[in-house]
Amino acid sequence: MKKSVILGTVTIAGLAASAAAAATLDDVKARGTLNCGVTTGLVGFAAPDANGEWDGFDVGVCRAVAAAVLGDPTAVEFVPTTGKTRFTALASGEIDMLARNTTWTFSRDVDLKFEFVGINYYDGQGFMVPKELGVSSAKELDGATVCIQTGTTTELNLADFFRSNNISYEPVPIETNAEAQPLYLEGACDVYTTDASGLAATRAAFENPGDHVVLPEIISKEPLGPLVRHGDNEWGDIVRWTLNALIAAEELGITSANLEELAAGSDNPEINRLLGTEGNLGEMLGLEADWAMKALMAGGNYGELFEKNIGENTPIGLSRGLNAQWTDGGLLYSPPFR
Amino acid sequence: MTTMSDPPSESFRPSQLLNDTRYRSYTFQFIALLCLIGLMAFLGINLVRNLAAAGLNISFEFLGEPAGYDINQRLLEYDSQSSHWRASVVGALNTLLVAFVGCILATIIGVVVGVLRLSKNWLISKIMSVYVEIFRNVPVLVWILIVMAVFVAVLPQPRDFRGDSPEASMFLDLFAFTGRGFYFPQPYFTVEWATGSTGWLIIIALLVGALFGTRAMLARATRIQEATGVRPNTLWINLAIWFVPLILACVIMGLAWDIPELRGFNFQGGIFARNSFIALTLALSIYTAAFIAENVRAGILAVSKGQTEAAASLGLRPNRIMNLVILPQALRVIIPPLISQYLNLTKNSSLAIAVGYMDLTGTLGGITLNQTGRAIECVLLLMLFYLTFSLAISAIMNVYNNAVKLKER
Repeated sequence: MKKSVILGTVTIAGLAASAAAAATLDDVKARGTLNCGVTTGLVGFAAPDANGEWDGFDVGVCRAVAAAVLGDPTAVEFVPTTGKTRFTALASGEIDMLARNTTWTFSRDVDLKFEFVGINYYDGQGFMVPKELGVSSAKELDGATVCIQTGTTTELNLADFFRSNNISYEPVPIETNAEAQPLYLEGACDVYTTDASGLAATRAAFENPGDHVVLPEIISKEPLGPLVRHGDNEWGDIVRWTLNALIAAEELGITSANLEELAAGSDNPEINRLLGTEGNLGEMLGLEADWAMKALMAGGNYGELFEKNIGENTPIGLSRGLNAQWTDGGLLYSPPFR
Repeated sequence: MTTMSDPPSESFRPSQLLNDTRYRSYTFQFIALLCLIGLMAFLGINLVRNLAAAGLNISFEFLGEPAGYDINQRLLEYDSQSSHWRASVVGALNTLLVAFVGCILATIIGVVVGVLRLSKNWLISKIMSVYVEIFRNVPVLVWILIVMAVFVAVLPQPRDFRGDSPEASMFLDLFAFTGRGFYFPQPYFTVEWATGSTGWLIIIALLVGALFGTRAMLARATRIQEATGVRPNTLWINLAIWFVPLILACVIMGLAWDIPELRGFNFQGGIFARNSFIALTLALSIYTAAFIAENVRAGILAVSKGQTEAAASLGLRPNRIMNLVILPQALRVIIPPLISQYLNLTKNSSLAIAVGYMDLTGTLGGITLNQTGRAIECVLLLMLFYLTFSLAISAIMNVYNNAVKLKER
């Protein structure tokens, strides 16, 4: 009794909401908006643009899910979360899904009771240093001061990397990417480390991106993907297959340019099933027949989202690499729509 | 002439619980207590049920598992393979360090500002008013961020010390003041038996001995003064008690200095005070000092002017009036609010993560909580730690308060 009294007082706010988590789809429909957790601002992945509209690669996934469920890609309430607050926000029901460069790990999936619905970016942890330091490999970083975002897998990887290479370092924990930038640029840290995609995005926002290099070592596997709470499999399926629809659409050659044309009917039965002109996949998910079409209309297929937000023609300039379709030698591979 | 006796005592009737003012308050207190217990029980049961529904449990086993992360400032032996519990203790010690240094610094600044604000010099008293009003009316988090930003931007970084004509150089070739922190020479002992902690234990023992020695000397001086009216000069003998054994011990144990020098990315060697520690301590102390200054001012103003005049008419000089008449009385007013300022400073130190200082909130309430996902357990432990710190500070300060407060006989 005494124990539960103390416990109760600390968690009134935290867990009261999670009891009603069973039917997220109904909640989202009743609310009319999707609450989507994103970063506090990482150019290319999720950041407000000049008009205050959220834009980016992760934002595209949120908009696709909103379009598939509600038919409106703008019906999204974006909730900025930090590395520390994101899991609490999702577990407490404050957000319906989290699309925030979150690494799929065993303990997050199993112990924290989340469900990773897929991988939308295959990443790895890298290091960025100023060119003038003349460092060419991460193994030369003995004694360096390293800025890390706290509450992420990066700080664990970093500890493992320096320990296994038997070199020392001075960690400087930082709460957000925005706080890390001035510290790194003023020289309070020699090195900034986070996922390689995040480094590219951060560097793109610098005044002189050319003065900084990303070291060749990638010290970890960071499969980033959207996630939902355990225990609501219907909702998990919706988010999973919306992501798969974006990936499959690229593989099948469905783009925002030819979407209307293909929706009228095509010779490829898989395209027809995906776009809802054949079969009843939408019904199985509890959505409209044209759910995938609406999701694709929101921002195009996976490849289009990639090129528009983080691709080689953007300031961030990431190449597809591991994130190419499996047919092009990458790792993207959607299960079949049938 | 009146002969009044007590009315015959009536036996207790249940209706008195509501109608009789003697018992009514107990009835209501009892009902309120029942409601409170009911509410707590509801919250507790609600939590346990929701946790069970989510398939979670309350367990502190994670404290024994390896933490996996590194902490930059460690007062204990710690590496990434140490347990989460050890990481929490390292964080707790960092919190205590900031609280200890911060309280001392805040008291010094606060007393100086509080006294100067009462100065007859118009300019000084106005400057001190401006200081107090600016610092106590801006949130402490903002001050912490400002101090850190100025620190990092203004001071040179280690790379500025490099090259043939560096932009910055070490002060006296002994101290390095960089945006990453301050590097000081570190004393150490070269004689074999005194290396490690042995040497330092000897030094501490000598200092404690000197403290008791000087107190005995002062007591003796007071005795002589009371007997003869002439106070013997104790300055030289006290200085000797403090320094002669200390210097002898240093010579015998072979004192040497480890001077910081630039090697690789950073200065190596010496004592390193990190920018996060300095910025946090400084911001917390100048913020809290503004409140303490007001407490000190209130305490001094609470001593009536007649006391000063009476002391002056006895022929006491101004600084003796302050030390012997005003401050002992003012302390009675100053100490109780000072305790709560110390508690505030300690609790405000939990904002440390804003500048990347790994305090208790940063380790146990931050990374450990995050990596293990054990939010309830971590927050409970966090509360317990801070509660312990605060009660300990209260207890110590209350002992002091009892020593200086007005003794009524």
